[in-house]
Amino acid sequence: MTMHGMRGLSVFISDIRNCQNKEQERLRIDKELGNVRNRFKNEKGLTPYEKKKYVWKMLYIYMLGYDVDFGHMETVSLISAPKYPEKQVGYIATSCLLNENNDFLRLAINTVRNDIIGRNETFQCLALTMVGNIGGREFAESLAPDVQNLLLSSSCRPLVRKKAALCLLRLYRKNPDVVNVDGWADRMAQLLDERDLGVLTSSMSLLVALVSNNHEAYWSCLPKCVKILERLARNQDVPQEYTYYGIPSPWLQVKTMRALQYFPTIEDPSTRRTLFEVLQRILMGTDVVKNVNKNNASHAVLFEALALVMHLDAEKEMMSQCVALLGKFIAVREPNIRYLGLENMTRMLMVTDVQEIIKRHQAQIITSLKDPDVSIRRRALDLLYGMCDVTNAKDIVEELLQYLSSADFTMREELSLKAAILAEKFAPDLSWYVDVILQLIDKAGDFISDDIWFRVVQFVTNNDDLQPYAAAKVKEYIDKPAVHETMVKVSAYILGEYSHLLARRPGCSPKEIFSILHEKLATVSTTTIPILLSAYAKILMHTQPPDQELQSQIWAIFNKYESCIDAEIQQRAVEYLALCQKGAALMDILAEMPKFPERKSSLIKRAEYSEADTAEQSATKLRAQQQTSNALVVTDQYPANGVTLRISVGQLSLIKVPSMITTENDTSTDQALSQQNGSLSKVDPQPPSVDLLSDILGPFAVEGPPGATVQSEHIAVSGLEGGSDAVDGSAIVPVEEHTNTVQPIGNIAERFHALCLKDSGVLYEDPYIQIGIKAEGRGHHVHLVLFLGNKNTAPLVSVHAIILPPAHLKMEFSLVPDTIPPRAQVQCPLEIVNLRPSRDVAVLDFSYKFGTNMVNVKLRLPAVLNKFLQPIQVPAEEFFPQWRSLSGPPLKLQEVVRGVRPMPLPEMANLLDSFRIMICPGLDPNPNNLVASTTFYSESTHAMLCLVRIETDPADRTQLRMTLASGDPSLTFELKEFIKEQLISIPTARSPAPAPKAPPTAQPTPQIPPNDPAAILAGLLS
Amino acid sequence: MGIRFILMVNKQGQTRLAQYYEWLTVEERRALEGEIVRKCLARNEQQCSFVEHRNYKIVYRRYASLFFLVGVDNDENELAILEFIHLLVETMDRHFGNVCELDIMFHLEKAHFMLEEMVMNGSIVETSKANILSPIQLMEKAT
Repeated sequence: MTMHGMRGLSVFISDIRNCQNKEQERLRIDKELGNVRNRFKNEKGLTPYEKKKYVWKMLYIYMLGYDVDFGHMETVSLISAPKYPEKQVGYIATSCLLNENNDFLRLAINTVRNDIIGRNETFQCLALTMVGNIGGREFAESLAPDVQNLLLSSSCRPLVRKKAALCLLRLYRKNPDVVNVDGWADRMAQLLDERDLGVLTSSMSLLVALVSNNHEAYWSCLPKCVKILERLARNQDVPQEYTYYGIPSPWLQVKTMRALQYFPTIEDPSTRRTLFEVLQRILMGTDVVKNVNKNNASHAVLFEALALVMHLDAEKEMMSQCVALLGKFIAVREPNIRYLGLENMTRMLMVTDVQEIIKRHQAQIITSLKDPDVSIRRRALDLLYGMCDVTNAKDIVEELLQYLSSADFTMREELSLKAAILAEKFAPDLSWYVDVILQLIDKAGDFISDDIWFRVVQFVTNNDDLQPYAAAKVKEYIDKPAVHETMVKVSAYILGEYSHLLARRPGCSPKEIFSILHEKLATVSTTTIPILLSAYAKILMHTQPPDQELQSQIWAIFNKYESCIDAEIQQRAVEYLALCQKGAALMDILAEMPKFPERKSSLIKRAEYSEADTAEQSATKLRAQQQTSNALVVTDQYPANGVTLRISVGQLSLIKVPSMITTENDTSTDQALSQQNGSLSKVDPQPPSVDLLSDILGPFAVEGPPGATVQSEHIAVSGLEGGSDAVDGSAIVPVEEHTNTVQPIGNIAERFHALCLKDSGVLYEDPYIQIGIKAEGRGHHVHLVLFLGNKNTAPLVSVHAIILPPAHLKMEFSLVPDTIPPRAQVQCPLEIVNLRPSRDVAVLDFSYKFGTNMVNVKLRLPAVLNKFLQPIQVPAEEFFPQWRSLSGPPLKLQEVVRGVRPMPLPEMANLLDSFRIMICPGLDPNPNNLVASTTFYSESTHAMLCLVRIETDPADRTQLRMTLASGDPSLTFELKEFIKEQLISIPTARSPAPAPKAPPTAQPTPQIPPNDPAAILAGLLS
Repeated sequence: MGIRFILMVNKQGQTRLAQYYEWLTVEERRALEGEIVRKCLARNEQQCSFVEHRNYKIVYRRYASLFFLVGVDNDENELAILEFIHLLVETMDRHFGNVCELDIMFHLEKAHFMLEEMVMNGSIVETSKANILSPIQLMEKAT
């Protein structure tokens, strides 16, 4: 049975090893797979030995990264082989090759159970290990009592019991109810009296999982843990085999101290005393020794002891002892210890108030920020961020800025974000703050989101003393030849408002300022041009006495943009030109922006984000007041702090994914909004109607005064919340669209949902045409190509494709040729820019003629919210401060979601993952909870971190509580709704979507013009 | 859950052993191994043994031409894992006598048997070399 017995396997491995390149390896592997497949086909002729050999080959191939999609049954069947060698291979290979949902595996439950309850110890071990590694829920239900019996049995030998402990841990994770047995906690405590260190090691892992979920039940285990730790620390009764370089099982020591960290405190004085004695001994008695392994092992124990001391909030003396130790560690040359020193010092910041002592090590930590090792640099950055306060902000931020120029790309984003947050939070004076942000924009403009520069504008506007300083400063920057677009924006705004304060300085005459700004116009995108135009208008207004030359120059520019294709630019150009000609009245209209209202300062961090919204709102005030009355445009208005939610209601209602379950209120609100005049956008920011919101958003505390001052529009909207009877029926009746006699191939809705999760595939197909799609995303840009393929030998004519973009997407679509030649494929690129968070969907209105058939389809484009997400892993040290700083609505929203499609937690994790929301394991000690994070990209938010926490109830999988946090209120809301939709029902799992059937009463609705996008969308989604 | 995976990779980046304690598809494994190996192999002796990658922390150690890479959760005790790698190597040494890359390659099943005795479902199950090796020894005696 040893290797000599498996010559074929050795030969195969040699062959692989001798392959010169990947291609040869692939060929050899394909050959072998063919061979194995053939042999398995004729299973009867195979001896168990041969089966074993082939299974090892499969395992080897699988390990090399090749898919092995057959032979699973044969692998599982080896489990029931009578002899140990075959059975062993069966169990091990099954653990490696199969996942817990494999059907063959489920079929083997009985065989596995027989091995577990049988008398053969070695079989028991094999079965317990396999179940421990990949056992699923069914295993938990049918095997848990047997496994518990083995674990507690006095007649069972340690070699079986240690495996039973970890097997039970797996089953517990699959179904927490397996330990809902009377007296289980007591039995757990008894188990800790065990002398065998193998059984203790694995039982301790089980205990950690149990107490992390429910420490209350396991208080009786606490003194036992302390006893075990004491036994190890004093080296009492520890067999030589469990002593590692003179240290009694460092792994069990570490695990035991980990278990103790899940108990909030230790009340019993004698237990506490004993524990502190042990900890003291570890803290004081760990010396640096020459032997690397001994040193590592003893320091593994030491670091865990440090963590436990911090957790227990020991006496001040012991705490400062810990900080002193860590201070020593962060200064050593040995990189591992230095890394861990930094990491643990950061943890220490989170746990207790030892900032002052830690600050003494600042210089040393800054040295590590420049270490050649990126792992160490990251730890240093986190620590500096955590320890920053008013007293050291200046130094730390300067260091970060300095480092920014040399930092590698992967760290820049994090660095600039952290520097910006610190600068704002702890600015000793505002001019310094302005300096820092401008430097950041200069060095890392790509990573500076709009709200950061909005905030600068707000500070400058509100502080008269700061205005000339800021104006002079931005002028310095903008004077340089190549500047970041964000710098152009902030400069244009500030110079427009305040450059007149500099008029007497050399080089700062209105004319000069204008020409510096105007130089940049050619280099910027359409979002910046409006800001420049406003700046020109303001400069012109401030030029006293009027300068004819400057005036004609600027008027010429306005003239030029009067016919600009971008509505925003056009509007400003037209209006400014008209205003300029009003003469003296101009002075009032273009007067300096009023001060921004100061918020209650108790929540600095939250204000950092939300006040930026206000800044933007003011910046776009003129525009907002001129908005046209179209329901789609409602969303175009930037949410001011208070009105965000109302706006969101408008956004969410524009289009709905069919699978989404929303209350009828949404629909009615939507219809109401779209039918109401669009004067919503003219309404001054008012607190939203509380009733409306609480209805739509469920259990969700809306701040602000009650809707006593609600305006008429609001009342009208609220009036509709009662139910569908208030809805104008015609509005939700779908637009007639099924004149088509050509039937699509495949389900359009399913295709759409599939494309939401992947980047390419078929969007639509019928007997004549196939429309394929390929998307490529980068940040808030998505480059999408439509492939229109004519499947016939005759041309398709009258081809029309119109994109109906929702308000939050800017789309540039190339023209589609009128005719598609026979058997030809036309590619139409489509550039999409995501302006801001929204779940609305763009629609492609596509039509063509084939023979006498006129075909017209409206297809949703998969440029959905999750396409602008980028998964990101947030370490605990970052997650928690962020989580805490986003302290409540509207940046952090919580909702209890009911009617969730029941699914195991890993499946939910996979689902989130498929939407590019990344699970951050280990952040939430409760195994029933998921914590995840992602980055959302849009023009308004830039890259913005979103944090998600989902708390599930193992007893009732149909409900959960979800908490969403991000720096942007509408993003938080949209993402929450988005995830909710996904959890409530899984679109891809749905059979025929309800799309194409119009209710029998459906008539073309004359009230709605056929090209009203909202109506078309409503029609699509009926 | 502690240990997510254990990889043995030679300095050319070829995988010699891969044991995962969470289910990943072949594509995910390939991508993950590629990224990790690139990151870790580029590091030098003066750098620390820990690399942060996605949601994992990689604790790694080099023995001659072979890298042992262990992916763990972010809150795992790094040094304990670092020494666990050494315990694994010492255990293999005891069995093979001065273990080398070829031993692991051509006796993959034994390497798996040992790992199976040491780690289960991502948790350490046994640290006594004698106990770890006893099933293998029993088996060899039987044949």
